[in-house]
Amino acid sequence: MSDSTAATPPLPMPRLRALLGLRGVPWLSLIILGALLVAAIAGEWLAPWDPNDIDLGAAFQPPVWAAGGDAAHLLGTDNLGRDILSRIIAGSRVSVVVALYAIAFSGSIGALIGMLAGYFGGWVDTVIMRLVEIQSSIPAVALALILAAALEPGLDTVIIVIGLTYWSWYARIIRGEVLSLKTRDYVAFARVAGVSTAVIFRRHLLPNIMNTLLVLATLQVGQVIIFEASLSFLGLGIQQPDVSWGLMLSDARQYITNAWWAITMPGLAIMLTCLSANLFGDWLRDRLDPRMRQL
Amino acid sequence: MSGFLLRRLGHGLVSILGASLVIFIISRLSGDPTALLLPPDAPPDVIAATRTELGLDRPLWMQYLIFLANAVTGDFGQSYRWQMPALDLVLERLPATIELACAGLLFSVALAVPLGVLSAVHRGGWIDRAGRVLAMLGQAMPNFWVGLLLILVFSIQLGWLPAFGRGGIANLIMPAIALGWYPVAAQTRIVRSAMLDVLESDHIRLSRALGTPERLIVWKYAFRNAAVPLLTMLGVYFAAMLGGAFIVEVIFAWPGIGRTVVEAVFSRDFPVVQAGVLLSSVLFVLSTLLVDLSYGLVDPRIRHER
Repeated sequence: MSDSTAATPPLPMPRLRALLGLRGVPWLSLIILGALLVAAIAGEWLAPWDPNDIDLGAAFQPPVWAAGGDAAHLLGTDNLGRDILSRIIAGSRVSVVVALYAIAFSGSIGALIGMLAGYFGGWVDTVIMRLVEIQSSIPAVALALILAAALEPGLDTVIIVIGLTYWSWYARIIRGEVLSLKTRDYVAFARVAGVSTAVIFRRHLLPNIMNTLLVLATLQVGQVIIFEASLSFLGLGIQQPDVSWGLMLSDARQYITNAWWAITMPGLAIMLTCLSANLFGDWLRDRLDPRMRQL
Repeated sequence: MSGFLLRRLGHGLVSILGASLVIFIISRLSGDPTALLLPPDAPPDVIAATRTELGLDRPLWMQYLIFLANAVTGDFGQSYRWQMPALDLVLERLPATIELACAGLLFSVALAVPLGVLSAVHRGGWIDRAGRVLAMLGQAMPNFWVGLLLILVFSIQLGWLPAFGRGGIANLIMPAIALGWYPVAAQTRIVRSAMLDVLESDHIRLSRALGTPERLIVWKYAFRNAAVPLLTMLGVYFAAMLGGAFIVEVIFAWPGIGRTVVEAVFSRDFPVVQAGVLLSSVLFVLSTLLVDLSYGLVDPRIRHER
């Protein structure tokens, strides 16, 4: 650019700022996601009640702002008098843990497979892409159902199911990226110079797909949280006495006529989390990888 | 065209075969089905006889081939619970699921088309912005929660619509909305960007210059062309509806494949689970196949390219 910028080298902090461009940062999303993380880590100390504390005398209390509400239970209580706010806080841990593990699992497998397909091409590519096609020909929920029938339901199964459902998404996109990276000169030179395939993957391909991976992972957070809630809602995911938002909704469905808040609140928690994650993901994508706007 | 068609059919067949293998392997992960069929104190010779009868003493690859051969002839075995052929049980529920998926698709398209067109025409206006907010909300709300909220408001509070079961149109409204809500965002985006492209094109500019009424330009000349991308994607969305129907059917006690399979999972009724999941995969593959065929029909250039 101009001489003045060349004369004063930017400090590390402004450089990071310039890279991400703090303009238009979705602060509200970041605050909500931050609060979710805090709730997941420090839930025990933050929650006003024990999430599994049964108090039949306090059953079906509406939220504090509704008629008959009590300040002791801000978001009301469920059919067993358990505090809904405390249960939402407890459920945030499951959401965060599932999201982290499932995304790491599906992202690493999918990225590796996609890199292999894109880099080697030929029959490796053909086989992998056929596998991707097979995987996407079984509806995700159906695959989850049959896996859940075969394995014991629980946190591990949820993570496995989500990982097996989403790897193909990563594989397909990363393959496309690597297909174009492979034709760049520096990759070709490295290959000619006799650099081993492992080093090419680590040094030349991986750093270049990192942005895409990061964006995909962020955009996946909302989907994973909804998927976990759906499985738990069906009774195939998280099991009692563990607390999950989907499980809370499944409970609340039994007494939907008595307590609207028990249906509304956990759903709002899901919605706010997904909304924040999606908005943040959109922003990150526009910053890091504007080509992927159609995702 | 015929070469392209054959290749696509081949891919579809490979996908279904692969799906059947995945389903077979996962089902076998759960252990020995004889344990489910026989009482726990069954004598060893009865267990052995049942294993032979079910073909479980043969090597795994042969078991798969037998499973496949039976599946091709429509034989998935007897439902453990209902004592009737598993495929018949699932096929009986198929019309209900297709009805629901069609209604869901209809709802989403009926919402997405006007929203997409108006967003493109009034780009940056309030409809455009409202549409975007609606889309963001739709993507963040799980379909089962939408269903529960609808029940809460329209069945419990207002008492307008029945909360469960299949019957007339009234029964169909809420499940269709719950199911069709999610894809509205993506469909709106498709229609909007296609409309923006078309509205910039020369033939629209020419019509404008000639003084053709704006309404005619938007809905007749522009939308006709802009509808193509959405039309060709309808198969994909239909397939997605079939997937989403699993959970929506449970909420509204809709007697379709989804609910049947979910119930079968709980009673470990493997023949029904296998038949249901494979059937939904076949439907899935068929609807995506239709997408590729419709590309050729709608846009003749593609027919000759491949």
